[in-house]
Amino acid sequence: MPKAKVNGVEIEFENGMTVLQVAELAGEEIPRFCYHERLSIAGNCRMCLVEVKPGPPKPQASCALPAADNQEIFTNTPMVQKARQGVMEFLLINHPLDCPICDQGGECDLQDQSMGYGRDHTRYEENKRAVEEKYMGPLIKTVMTRCIQCTRCVRFVTEIAGVPDIGLISRGEDVEITTYLDKAVASELSANVIDLCPVGALTSKPYAFNARPWELKKTETVDVMDALGSAIRVDVRGPAVLRVLPRVNDEINEEWISDKTRYACDGLGRQRLDRPFVRVGGKLQPATWAEALDAVAARIKASSAERVGVIAGDLQDAESMKAALDLFGGAGVKNLDCRQDGAALGAGPREGWLFNSTIAGIEEADVVLFVGTNPRLEAPVLNARFRKQWLAGKTRFGVIGEAADLTFGYDHLGAGPASLTGLAKSKSDFAKAFKAASKPAIVVGQGALARPDGAAVLKAAADVAKAFGVVREGWNGWNVLHTAAARVGGLDLGFVPGEGGKSAAEMVRKGALDVLILLAADEIDLKDTDAFVVYLGTHGDAGAHRADVILPGAAYTEKAGLYVNTEGRVQRGERAAFPKGEAKEDWAILRALSEKVGAALPYDTLDQLRAKLFADHPTFGQIDHAPGSIPTAFDLSALGAAGDVSDAPFASPVKAFHLTNPIARASVTMAECAALASGAAKIAAE
Amino acid sequence: MVGILEDKDRIFTNLYGVHDWGLEGAKQRGIWNGTAEMLKMEPEWLCEQIKNSGLRGRGGAGFSTGLKWTFMPKQESERPHYLVVNADESEPGTCKDREIMRYDPHRLIEGCLVACRAIRAHDCFIYIRGEYVLERERLEAAIVQATEAGLIGKNSKLGWDCNIRVTHGGGAYICGDEMALLESLEGKKGQPRLKPPFPAGAGVYGCPTTVNNVESISVGPEILRRGAEWFTQFGRANNTGTKLMSASGHVLKPCVVEEAMSIPIRQLIDEHFGGVRGGWGNLKAIIPGGSSVRMIPAEEAETALMDFDSLSALKSGLGTAAMIVMDKDTDLIRAIARLSYFYKHESCGQCTPCREGTGWMWRIMERMVTGEADPKEIDMLLDVASQVEGHTICGLGDAAAWPIQGLFRHFRHEVEDRIAAYRARKPHVQGASLVAAE
Repeated sequence: MPKAKVNGVEIEFENGMTVLQVAELAGEEIPRFCYHERLSIAGNCRMCLVEVKPGPPKPQASCALPAADNQEIFTNTPMVQKARQGVMEFLLINHPLDCPICDQGGECDLQDQSMGYGRDHTRYEENKRAVEEKYMGPLIKTVMTRCIQCTRCVRFVTEIAGVPDIGLISRGEDVEITTYLDKAVASELSANVIDLCPVGALTSKPYAFNARPWELKKTETVDVMDALGSAIRVDVRGPAVLRVLPRVNDEINEEWISDKTRYACDGLGRQRLDRPFVRVGGKLQPATWAEALDAVAARIKASSAERVGVIAGDLQDAESMKAALDLFGGAGVKNLDCRQDGAALGAGPREGWLFNSTIAGIEEADVVLFVGTNPRLEAPVLNARFRKQWLAGKTRFGVIGEAADLTFGYDHLGAGPASLTGLAKSKSDFAKAFKAASKPAIVVGQGALARPDGAAVLKAAADVAKAFGVVREGWNGWNVLHTAAARVGGLDLGFVPGEGGKSAAEMVRKGALDVLILLAADEIDLKDTDAFVVYLGTHGDAGAHRADVILPGAAYTEKAGLYVNTEGRVQRGERAAFPKGEAKEDWAILRALSEKVGAALPYDTLDQLRAKLFADHPTFGQIDHAPGSIPTAFDLSALGAAGDVSDAPFASPVKAFHLTNPIARASVTMAECAALASGAAKIAAE
Repeated sequence: MVGILEDKDRIFTNLYGVHDWGLEGAKQRGIWNGTAEMLKMEPEWLCEQIKNSGLRGRGGAGFSTGLKWTFMPKQESERPHYLVVNADESEPGTCKDREIMRYDPHRLIEGCLVACRAIRAHDCFIYIRGEYVLERERLEAAIVQATEAGLIGKNSKLGWDCNIRVTHGGGAYICGDEMALLESLEGKKGQPRLKPPFPAGAGVYGCPTTVNNVESISVGPEILRRGAEWFTQFGRANNTGTKLMSASGHVLKPCVVEEAMSIPIRQLIDEHFGGVRGGWGNLKAIIPGGSSVRMIPAEEAETALMDFDSLSALKSGLGTAAMIVMDKDTDLIRAIARLSYFYKHESCGQCTPCREGTGWMWRIMERMVTGEADPKEIDMLLDVASQVEGHTICGLGDAAAWPIQGLFRHFRHEVEDRIAAYRARKPHVQGASLVAAE
């Protein structure tokens, strides 16, 4: 390995590293504004200047300079100090002194680095430059006078988000970052530019003037807005979740999160069910916990097990599903389902419903086939990874389903199942490439499986996977992309109809059940059911409107819970705030109900519940382990069922990206975004 | 013509447009003579000849042209090689390339062909300044003539296929920087790219590219025709050859002239440019290379030679060898302030020191013109200039700092006098009484 000296200390480094990386390897801090590990190198802020020998007698931008063997790097010489001071001064001369009213205050790179590397006074006596504010949509607030033109935002939207909506116009001291023609940034990842902005030029519009970072209690947890389980940090002041920020997790979300993950949090404070309700005389009336639980228990006791059903929702933690399974399954209830959309998954080996290549591992795939999925809407962060592969020219993509704008190029092979069944015999370029691929992968979305012929489509997809060797020695490219955070956990628990049990769609039919228990299930049509509906959940959404008894539960930020993402990776969410009002954690409500029903569950604490969960379902004990990280072969022919497929084209289950769950539907910010995305709202410029 | 160089040794024989610029006229002046034989030679030989001639880049930086050509990959791969000719001549006071393209376009085209052979390229782009409309038309017409005559293009009868295309800029000075030029050529915003990678590794469209000035390319064939030794007999060691030089400003006959390198500046001005207005004694200062170098005062100009080394020893530079001559009537402070405005206006805004520094320097300079500035701001201005110089991605930061540094190096007292004079008239300004007491 080549060696370099950093401030006289010798250090080995890998070929291809930049001087900045080598200096960091040696433990030296290099200030920077424009440089970001996951973006292309711009080298324009000039803050990372260092002295290198051999080299010209002037400071060099370390972010863009490849390190060389036997190079000497100096980060603390007078020349470097002078250069940093100079750049810092230039950045500040036109930067407003409005830190006291700036939302970036306290977490501002410019503030921190001016403390560390700047002068203690100003020599600039001219007028400062002012820049007009720009409209960038409902999420990004701009104060462009603060902008230091580092172009991180421009590089993010063009490179990662794939939506070149932000650019740098004009030149010299008149350069401005802007969205062209005052257009909102049309990306599901747009708000990541707020994190990237090293100054207060791009800040969070919904969070504007809400809090200072040091007032917030920060809890590291996982996201439930899609099935990826992105790593997030929830910032809370008192009872209110004020913002959600991404954490770095290279296995899943790198360091991005979708706008829904970030901004649905204002929905946590609206439309909340904060006390139990019982329907009396056709109207929901507030009740005590005892009254509500008694009402439910009485109904359950009065019904036979065949006439009771439980549907688990999309945001449910594994523990509450386990408690429901123990309570109702133990009583002989076979009408259990966690698949509100009716996806044809849950039978056969576990690999059959997982994203087996793993999210990080999909980058190794050389040809990827999408079946009935629009990853841009269903998992925007994963979509950014696909785009990254495509930009690197490493992967070829094919789509069977909607020909949507995925921000990367693909071969559109057809809209419906016919194209899937015909693929093995197809002579298309893509089929040839897929055949020749060394690591082919197939991504099956819920748009292909959640339809009446879903089982047949699953079989057809499995046949394609078999024909093209998607599962082979050392590689498992069979990937199911889920959209619900709770889904894989539910399937892993076996939260599916037992022998002779009814599926979710059958349960909500007229006359099917006496008692229907909804664990925050809001995505299913309840207009036909005439059962006694118990809704355990957080928001006054579809389920609560139809409910006869409402048991207020805890949202994902208000309880510790396990979630299994689409890879089958079990992740632990932590509690950041307390449940609203009288609401309780979901598993505790079921535990209390079990007492009333006369079949007390054998656990009194979450730890005991988890111990039983791990004992009954060992996969849940493997926290943070993605089963696909060790590729295992499995029998593809066990998937799906023979049957006729219809001609209906595949459609993504996500119609409105911003409104896919009760929290997001309660969010004002999401409503605004959804109106903008659907074209219902005219943009500000018009 | 008077001067050191005799007419027989001039390369640019139609510099004043008295002869036919077209193909026939060019052939009569010896252009396209023996080109086929040059193209038969190996690229290594061509590079060696140009290297031996001591030809240094005529665009201003003065890097050995032959050496630059040798940086290109020795083997053609699937990535094609490109020659890019920098005809974005926007330096204030400079118009030498204009005369070549206007009156001697075939010399450039022949040069492109030979240079393409030397770097194994079959494609050449000439990036011409947007304001050079007539020159662009001439050049395009000349390319058509050469193509129709089978000299360039596919199946060239000279033995080397070379496709020459003319692209014109939008009028930005920064696109004269080779890296910004490549960006602009690709259709992007003209902002300099980072080096490394250098163009010879990854230039236009990511392919190996050589970027040369019009004059550097144009003199190539003539050097090969007459031999490297012929070229080296002019000028001093390390500063060989002939060069287009010009003067603007306070000379009696501003013009472009081809002269031997290392000609004394005084001789150049007196013999070719008709002398300084009001005689040599009326000379105040000269900016020898366009506007982007430090000025030299009259007493240094007396003995300075017009070449790279002599001028850089005086902390100035040869640049484009287009001198701006200023006599004693000139308000030097105002002149430099105007240049500062130019650099502020032409900064691309990409990197911090230049974006912020050029505007700051210009504003201080404007106050120095009127004398409103504070005396201590002189040192601050020089400090700011030093914070810009050498800290930027491209050379524009240096170019913006040098004229100011040149002014204060030689004429600091003038600025101080002006500030004092301003204060003397304004007793309410702080420090005015101190000035009066002195």
